[in-house]
Amino acid sequence: MNNGNEQAKILPAGDSCLFVDFGSSIALDINGKVQDLRVKLEKRSFPGVRELVPTYRSLAIYFDISELDLDRFIGELEALLPHVETPDPSSVRKVTIPVCYGERFGPDLENVASLHGITSDEVIRIHSTGEYYCYMLGFTPGFPYLGGMDKSIAAPRLDSPREVIPAGSVGIAGTQTGIYPIESPGGWQLIGRTPLKLFDAGRTPPILLEAGIWITFSPITETEFERISRQVSSGTWDVASIKDGGH
Amino acid sequence: MKFRIDQPGMLSTIQDLGRWEYLGQGMPLAGAMDPLSLRTGNLMVGNSHNTAAMEITLLGPSITVLEGEATAVVAGADLGLTVNGEKWPCWKCFALRPEDRITFSGPAGKGCRAYLCLSGGIDVQPVMGSRSTYLRGKLGGCSGRALQKGDILTTGKPHPLWKKFQGFRCSSELLPCFGEQNVLKAVPGPQDYLFTEKGLETFFSSEYTISSSADRMGYRLEGPVIEHRDGADIISDAIPPGSVQVPGSGQPIIMLADGQTTGGYAKIAVITSMARCVLAQLLPGGSVRFQRISQREAISEARQMEQKLSKLNEARAVFSTRKETVNPDRIMEEDARSGSMKLKIDGKHWDIQWELIE
Repeated sequence: MNNGNEQAKILPAGDSCLFVDFGSSIALDINGKVQDLRVKLEKRSFPGVRELVPTYRSLAIYFDISELDLDRFIGELEALLPHVETPDPSSVRKVTIPVCYGERFGPDLENVASLHGITSDEVIRIHSTGEYYCYMLGFTPGFPYLGGMDKSIAAPRLDSPREVIPAGSVGIAGTQTGIYPIESPGGWQLIGRTPLKLFDAGRTPPILLEAGIWITFSPITETEFERISRQVSSGTWDVASIKDGGH
Repeated sequence: MKFRIDQPGMLSTIQDLGRWEYLGQGMPLAGAMDPLSLRTGNLMVGNSHNTAAMEITLLGPSITVLEGEATAVVAGADLGLTVNGEKWPCWKCFALRPEDRITFSGPAGKGCRAYLCLSGGIDVQPVMGSRSTYLRGKLGGCSGRALQKGDILTTGKPHPLWKKFQGFRCSSELLPCFGEQNVLKAVPGPQDYLFTEKGLETFFSSEYTISSSADRMGYRLEGPVIEHRDGADIISDAIPPGSVQVPGSGQPIIMLADGQTTGGYAKIAVITSMARCVLAQLLPGGSVRFQRISQREAISEARQMEQKLSKLNEARAVFSTRKETVNPDRIMEEDARSGSMKLKIDGKHWDIQWELIE
């Protein structure tokens, strides 16, 4: 099967980790292979493999030094690689994040709009009709690296970053869009907020998103924001409700 | 056993071997900076390797035992441990009873981190599968923060023979050695190809100084500039603990327990698991050198260390079966030439004298 995976490189990373690099650019098909290898390795449960970290173009495989038979594992990896491919789009998980745009949740929404000579409603329409691919999580627990934002609403980071960006804030920085899972300082242009907790240490699952999924944003009113917030606070909000359009 | 923190010391946190299951979702590993010392201490008091202990940094805490008993050991650097005012060595198990006081008089030699391991471990609520403290994320350990004055902690269920480990001191060849060396073995890669031959040569032959920016997240080093082929930026990928990132400045940063899980600077090498323990005992102002090692050689060395730990575990088990009817919990004074010894056994003081008869 010639799917270009002879280009994949297996690289050492210290004494307890291997990287499998699938390419040198940010691209859906390359990342799809990273996700596919991760799924295949998870299914196999090779003894000694501790954790898999998917990133833009490479999968890091952390292993237990005393348990893993390195030669045997690399042999298995090499046998597996020709079968790794970008998953069928219909099999990829999609989630919808409810967002209340503007007002007190999106102090920079009008700024983004006037940058492009369009209305705030137009910004909301463009942002909420886009489909975003989550390449990986990193930077802080649960923070998604999203691709696919329409350049017509791109906006540079603030000259002076804010000291406090509330958790759940949805923002734009350059041509990237994203959501802050926890409160932190930052320079993103804030256009809205989700009542969902992307990261909640006490919940199962603690982290809502994962790499290799598609995300859409769904506009909600302030009233709905309050309603969902109350459910989230009281622990009655259903995690499964973000699948494929429901909330 | 229940105990209270009277003074927290410089930075005392609850750590086990880290939070593994969520590395792929942006959650840093956290956990002990010197995992070898933590594991050794745990084995000495009959705990499993991954049991939660107190990581002590440079200036240790003052602790009072409120209720119950335990077997304890301080594993790692000599930070001046005293028990009820008397000096007690690290790497030797001792008894703790109500009203006992532990203090630390300050670093006595090399090394800056040690682990107070208690039989049964420190019983805090696990968060996302681990009792390690992730300070930046304010979670895990004791309410996600360093220990403070007034904190009250308890131990968990100990090994059934926990009391028999008191007095156990394993032989020096089974102890991890650190603090006497500053050579960090490192496996080149995963982005060593982004550096020139000259850059790699500089990295593996120069001395680097640990700057004042050195903490649980990482150690910034200062020294000869490391040359990239074509810039320092990569498309963000994973950062295994021990990774040596080299940004555009050419000055290396070694990423450690609390470091971010992913990042965009080229990684010239990743130091070995054992080298991370060596580094964890070094302070700002100290110097390090890197030594090239292949991944296979590094794994082989690490496995030798695992064998040492197994031997230590056996030695501890053997120690607990020794046929002694008396178990001194403290030898106050010992003078073989004069034939006298002062012991404290079960809280009572004994004065023993003997005579050479041949």
